[in-house]
Amino acid sequence: MGVEGIGARVVRKEDKRFITGKGRYVDDIKLLGMTHAHFIRSPHAHAKVKGIDSSTALKMPGVVAVLTGQQLVDDKVGNLICGWAITSKDGSPMKMGAWPAMAPETVRFVGQAVAVVIADSKNLARDAAEAVVVDYEELPAVADVHAAIKAGAPQLHPEAPGNQVYDWVIGDEGATDAAFAKAANVVKLDVTNNRLAPNAMEPRAAIADYDQAEEHFTLYTTSQNPHVARLVLSAFYNIAPEHKLRVIAPDVGGGFGSKIFIYPEEMVALWASKKVGRPVKWTSDRTEAFLTDAHGRDHVTHAEMAFDANNKITGLKVKTYANFGAYMSLFSSSVPTYLYATLLSGQYNIPAIHAEVIGVYTNTTPVDAYRGAGRPEASYLIERLMETAARQLNVDPAALRRTNFITQFPHQTPVIMAYDTGDFNASLDAAMKAIDYAGFPARKAKAKADGKLRGIGVSCYIEACGIAPSKAVGSLGAGVGLWESAEVRVNPVGTIEILTGSHSHGQGHETTFCQLVADRLGVPISQVSIVHGDTDKVQFGMGTYGSRSAAVGLTAILKAMEKMESKAKKIAAHALEASEADIVIENGEFKVTGTDKAIAFPMVALAAYTAHNLPEGMEPGLKESAFYDPTNFTFPAGTYICELEVDPGTGKTSFVNFVAADDFGRLINPMIVEGQVHGGLVQGIGQALLEHAIYDANGQPVTASFMDYAMPRADDVPSFNLSHTTTLCPGNPLGIKGCGEAGAIGASAAVINAITDAIGKNNLEMPATPDRVWRTIHAA
Amino acid sequence: MYQTTYHRASSVDEAVSLFGKSSEAKFLAGGQTLLPVMKQRLASPSDVIDLGKIKELQGVELSADTLTIKAATTYYDIMTNADVKKAIPAIAHLTSVLGDPAVRYRGTIGGSIANNDPAADFPAALLALGATVKTNKRLISADDFFKGLFTTALEDGEIITAVAFPVPAKAGYEKMRHPASRFALTGVFVAQTKSGEVRVAATGASQNGVMRVPAIEAALKANWSPSAIDSVNIPANGLLADIHGTAEYRANLVKVMAQRAVAAAG
Ligand SMILES: Cc1cc2nc3c(=O)[nH]c(=O)nc-3n(C[C@H](O)[C@H](O)[C@H](O)COP(=O)(O)OP(=O)(O)OC[C@H]3O[C@@H](n4cnc5c(N)ncnc54)[C@H](O)[C@@H]3O)c2cc1C
Repeated sequence: MGVEGIGARVVRKEDKRFITGKGRYVDDIKLLGMTHAHFIRSPHAHAKVKGIDSSTALKMPGVVAVLTGQQLVDDKVGNLICGWAITSKDGSPMKMGAWPAMAPETVRFVGQAVAVVIADSKNLARDAAEAVVVDYEELPAVADVHAAIKAGAPQLHPEAPGNQVYDWVIGDEGATDAAFAKAANVVKLDVTNNRLAPNAMEPRAAIADYDQAEEHFTLYTTSQNPHVARLVLSAFYNIAPEHKLRVIAPDVGGGFGSKIFIYPEEMVALWASKKVGRPVKWTSDRTEAFLTDAHGRDHVTHAEMAFDANNKITGLKVKTYANFGAYMSLFSSSVPTYLYATLLSGQYNIPAIHAEVIGVYTNTTPVDAYRGAGRPEASYLIERLMETAARQLNVDPAALRRTNFITQFPHQTPVIMAYDTGDFNASLDAAMKAIDYAGFPARKAKAKADGKLRGIGVSCYIEACGIAPSKAVGSLGAGVGLWESAEVRVNPVGTIEILTGSHSHGQGHETTFCQLVADRLGVPISQVSIVHGDTDKVQFGMGTYGSRSAAVGLTAILKAMEKMESKAKKIAAHALEASEADIVIENGEFKVTGTDKAIAFPMVALAAYTAHNLPEGMEPGLKESAFYDPTNFTFPAGTYICELEVDPGTGKTSFVNFVAADDFGRLINPMIVEGQVHGGLVQGIGQALLEHAIYDANGQPVTASFMDYAMPRADDVPSFNLSHTTTLCPGNPLGIKGCGEAGAIGASAAVINAITDAIGKNNLEMPATPDRVWRTIHAA
Repeated sequence: MYQTTYHRASSVDEAVSLFGKSSEAKFLAGGQTLLPVMKQRLASPSDVIDLGKIKELQGVELSADTLTIKAATTYYDIMTNADVKKAIPAIAHLTSVLGDPAVRYRGTIGGSIANNDPAADFPAALLALGATVKTNKRLISADDFFKGLFTTALEDGEIITAVAFPVPAKAGYEKMRHPASRFALTGVFVAQTKSGEVRVAATGASQNGVMRVPAIEAALKANWSPSAIDSVNIPANGLLADIHGTAEYRANLVKVMAQRAVAAAG
């Protein structure tokens, strides 16, 4: 593997600039003549906009313009789109209301923009915004899914009667009913998957710069996928054609999905910069982030699982209500359908599954993909069901899982996904050993003597990552293909630039991607740099989400590397007067195998560019590109086991131990992988114990700051005990499965299974706050 | 934040005179409450008068029966002060579980009690220990100082200069932290004075801010032990309820935190 090759724990190249405060984020960029935007946002969850009076504001110092939703309509700027078409069980397409970037007529959630003030400074824009008078006529609002689907509920969009976006089904209902009819035991469970606010460390920001002479826009934005942003902005919003729009996503401080989507603010900034003839900057503050960054999760589910007399699962029925908020965000429709219900088989052999998902509008912030996106909801449901079943059937929870594990691969589930490989027993064994599962009863008894309630909880998750085979997602309604592109540019002196369509916003691509090059060529990673996040530099790419950058993005780099190496070998063979088939690459040299004849890689590169002596007919230069489209999803899986204590006096949970045994296929940089797992686990634990984006019945958010929304802190979480069991992914040449979301997908079930084990009551909603746990303990 | 004029006072007298000259002045200590409120544009003082650099408002003094903490002393300085740890370790403990490190480095005892947040920690210590608040004008007993939510006996422009705590025979503080803000979801300070009086104060619990808890005081007066509180009934009505804790939960916490505070006090 070499000291910097695949599998090496190489220190992250990018950390020097991040740790020393030298990163360059959107808000760090200042352009000449730049103006600042401040959005005027609705304080009401649902209201008619009767009028906007900006006459006073326009006279205030430094004010350049006040622009409204009506002007967007007048300028024929398009509405925001949802990029994945879902068809209801009756064959009808999903029913969507329009989402204008600023509301000309009706606001449908607190925080929706109605107008924007453009001024010389942020403070002046804010001052003027207070002088803009918006006349609202309040309408009744609804925030909760169950309330929203009741007859007589306030209606959000005339296009979606009953506030229903779709009623979608998957699986074989007849076969599932038949399995339940014959079942020896049926286990039932109601679960709520709590709504979360993503809270990337860097809030969203945008700077739009219109060049009148060239009729060209540049947009600096906090995006996980700048090319997709450009595509959507030009194809749907009538802002500018692609060649007249450059999108740059510089350093981006975390995304967790929330920076995949195209939001109103960057669109308005682009449009406004042309209108006012100056660059326009907008940076979200934390409260705006709580109000406008797409939220995650928010499912209410009833599920039933059928077992035969041998405790084998025979069927699964699921009915889920998914709260989409007030508008359909870019990928929202796919999250509770193809990213959720297709994973309902978990790690288990389930012959028959039927799931129904009802998508519902409410007067809340739009909901879309958030770390794991659908898969945490599926995994949480299945793993809570397995735990409930073990308690009801009176068998050990780990043993019940083992009884039902899939052990033969490939395995076709009844819900589309075909698992390629895995060894679920191996990760369960590793986790049980790491936590000393067998010794738990003795530890529980000892804790009891100390007045503490101790519990253990298992969670065996599986996810579909490496998103995704373009043909497959296309057939399921996706509006885009999900391949990745790469270009390898070798400079004349042998340094290398790798251009990738993946985007790093914390994942460490600048290190891991170089490790592949180091591994193949034997050159130090300092000789390699990664170029990403700029549509003028990288031709196209699909960006980073769904744990896809290594499995898909890095494979594209590998394909381009292979092409480059093949050409380089020809050059080397020519120079060494050997046969191309005899050339091997070792430690930065191209060698004739079995001899001491060799030429250093920089000399090969130089030869390619001097072109003095290239093989007959060969073009000069050394630059190759590749597009890679995977053939299947990848299926990372593993077992998390959590041991904790509950203080019966306060309901407070304290961790004793948390072990994770993951199968991510091949690891490029185990240290970075561990970091990804740590972060994911903390988010999963955050969901289980602390985080909840709450609205009151009238759609007013009650958690719009960190004083109310509880983010996990270092002392809320344990030190994690991580390990890996490995089956290589057969779907890509590197055998990579992906590791970015696993922690967030598997952790919450382990925590809730452990708490419910500790307190001896099975029903407990997330977040399991001390108050909620205490009330559950003391409930009759 | 709106435009404002910042002044750094070098003495209490100068601060008072600056206050008199401005139309709508605010004193600034650690800024951990005032500045966020100004940033959210919920306060718009014409002038901000910084007390943080006034020498006479800094430091801790210990005499035979009184621990005096000057108003602009930060939580961190209180937490690490040897006299505090010696005379009333419960106060050092209280500051160690107050907020987070950033808040402890800047926030001050004077700012905390002037603000009188219903979930702040220090008001419980003052009330339970029977402290005296010293201002530039007078002495005010803790019993008279706290007047309900965000309200105190301070007059306009009056500056707290110090808090004098009688050194108790025993004292303890236990707090259930609010999971988001780390204020007290409920915190209880118990104290037994050298003359044997028992005073118990709870913060974060009542809709009216910091409160004495007579039922627990009576139980502890009869028997200074955690188990003495077992049979005390704390009614939930009148207690705060929010997304992080129901009134019933807070009633339970008043008891449980009191028991743990007694155990900690020894
Ligand atoms: C994230 C966070 C967590 C927190 N957690 C806790 C917690 O767990 N427990 C807790 O108790 N508090 C907590 N706080 C509040 C913190 O303790 C504040 O520091 C305190 O409320 C105010 O003190 P200050 O010195 O910062 O005062 P400032 O914010 O500067 O001033 C507050 C008010 O007091 C007035 N004032 C200040 N000094 C004087 C004086 N000497 N005389 C007269 N008036 C004065 C000011 O004019 C102002 O009105 C937290 C705050 C934050 C931001």
